[in-house]
Amino acid sequence: MKVQTEVRAAAWKIKKSLQTISPLQRAKHWSWVIVRAILITGFCFVILYPLFFKLSVSFKDRMDVYDSTVLWIPKHFTIDTIRIAFNALNYPKTALNSLLIASVSTLLQLISCSLAAFAFARLRFKGSGLLFGGVIFTIIVPVQTLMVTTYLNYRYFDIFGLIELFTGQKGINLLDSYWPFILQSITGMGIKSGLFIFIFRQFFRGIPIELEEASYIDGCSVLQSFTRIMVPNAVPAMVTVILFSFVWQWNDNYYVSLFLTSTDVLSTKLPVMWASFSLNDPLYAYLVKNAGELLFMAPIIILYIFAQRYFVESVERSGLIG
Amino acid sequence: MSKLLKWRTRTGEKRRIPKQHTKLTMNQKKAVLGVLFVTPWLLGFIFLFLIPLYQSFIYSLNTLTLGKGGFDTSYAGFSFYRELFTKHPTFNRTLVEAIMDIVISVPSITIFSLFVATLINQKFRGRVFARAIFFLPVLLAAPVLSLENSSQMTSIAASLTGATEGGGLAFTSFELKRMLLEAGVGSGIVTYITGSVDRIYEVISSSGVQILIFLAALQSISPSLYEAARIEGTTGYEAFWKITLPMISPIMLTNVVYTVIDSYNRNELSVMIKDTAFQSLNFSLSAAMAWVYFLIVSIILLITTGLISRKVFYYD
Repeated sequence: MKVQTEVRAAAWKIKKSLQTISPLQRAKHWSWVIVRAILITGFCFVILYPLFFKLSVSFKDRMDVYDSTVLWIPKHFTIDTIRIAFNALNYPKTALNSLLIASVSTLLQLISCSLAAFAFARLRFKGSGLLFGGVIFTIIVPVQTLMVTTYLNYRYFDIFGLIELFTGQKGINLLDSYWPFILQSITGMGIKSGLFIFIFRQFFRGIPIELEEASYIDGCSVLQSFTRIMVPNAVPAMVTVILFSFVWQWNDNYYVSLFLTSTDVLSTKLPVMWASFSLNDPLYAYLVKNAGELLFMAPIIILYIFAQRYFVESVERSGLIG
Repeated sequence: MSKLLKWRTRTGEKRRIPKQHTKLTMNQKKAVLGVLFVTPWLLGFIFLFLIPLYQSFIYSLNTLTLGKGGFDTSYAGFSFYRELFTKHPTFNRTLVEAIMDIVISVPSITIFSLFVATLINQKFRGRVFARAIFFLPVLLAAPVLSLENSSQMTSIAASLTGATEGGGLAFTSFELKRMLLEAGVGSGIVTYITGSVDRIYEVISSSGVQILIFLAALQSISPSLYEAARIEGTTGYEAFWKITLPMISPIMLTNVVYTVIDSYNRNELSVMIKDTAFQSLNFSLSAAMAWVYFLIVSIILLITTGLISRKVFYYD
């Protein structure tokens, strides 16, 4: 009891000594606050500048572009550029394709990666450490190394020569379908799946083992304990993975152009869409290009505005840390 | 048949294992389920990763001819590798550029993201907003959006925005360079610094994930450490070097590795690998390029992890 009051008194003393700061220290503090504010606004500006630029350009009329008095806010507000980009991209259809691919592979990746990560974190078996090393290996190997074989694999898709046995042809062509994406993500080989397994594993390891044991004592099966204990506790990691997976798939240009040739997806259509305009009017092509990019980013930015608060908070507890 | 089998094993288990040993069977059950849960990934790992990896190496040693009903291979030895280094017009230069890009951008991205992470980890008004903006580059695809590959486009952009595409971003490091040189800093360091400053947008836009990882690491450091240090009279500067840096050094390693890996998507070489395969249809040459690239990147990774892990401090 006596010790406690002594400690309390000491703490109070320290608190008081901290409250009475000398003017020099206060000046130091405020100068740092100002420097920090300048730095942060500067960086934010650098990040936001291209966005604002595209936003402003997309709504400008051609007159405004040559008008030196117009800097950011257009005088002749128009949505013609956006409409042209919208039509050139065939937006509803391509966006739907993009959305379909991104959401399906996100869902499948979420399932396969979380299950594998749960096994790596909690259901240890002989050689699981070695297999986790394999996960890290998949992160490290550049996708380009596998590019040719992946392409040929899906071009002449065959399981143990079974298809050749029955149809007589050398495999079936899975390109230009959604199958490559489905197969890649359900087997945890999609875009950065290794990273997602890593994130999930770290997070699952952070959940107290007592919770899991208690669920077993209460009669849960392993699968039940996964769905009822681990998954609800891992919501921050889930949000992070869903957002990353969706966004990376949406932005992805590599796999999409590898697997799809006739199906149009936003990320492959975007770089070529302005080419048809540049012949007659390069300036207009530039405007349309920016408008197209804005259309491309719009769904993600809208998604981010809704998920942002949740995401930023979740990152802090997302278990990216070992 | 299967019913019979199940019944048999069930009774077999009962007979062999007495009830006190249920913990063992639980662990066994867990291990079996673990294998089951890993199976989808394992299938992918074997059939969509290991075998293709091996095959791509084989392809790089063989000439591939695509026919109607499939493709044929004929052994060509290391001729494609020889062709790359001795005959190919641009490969050597692009490779060196890719390596230089890694060497230059990895330190600046790591340092920058650590700096930003410590900055937005502090408490100030509008912190949530600032964080939201700093994570934005993670979401916006730099490769897709920066496809200003035609010179025509860039010239239009230049005429449109006045001086450069960056417009307001056109921050020339000329003054800085002169200042540093006059201050007597070595010219190598000066070019490095000014180079990083010139690439500030690239650095910022590719350090989103790293900031995120560092931020999570910073928040996992127990505040009691700082408290104790402050009572002992440490300044903020000392606290950074003596507490923050050692505590996040394992994450520093993760981040450096991630940055090296992330650079795959940014450089010219990956474009070249792809074009060789699908425009000139020279699959073997492309595979050979990819393997050379992979080997070099793994050497870089080995060296950096070797260097950093010596300095890494593990708390537990």
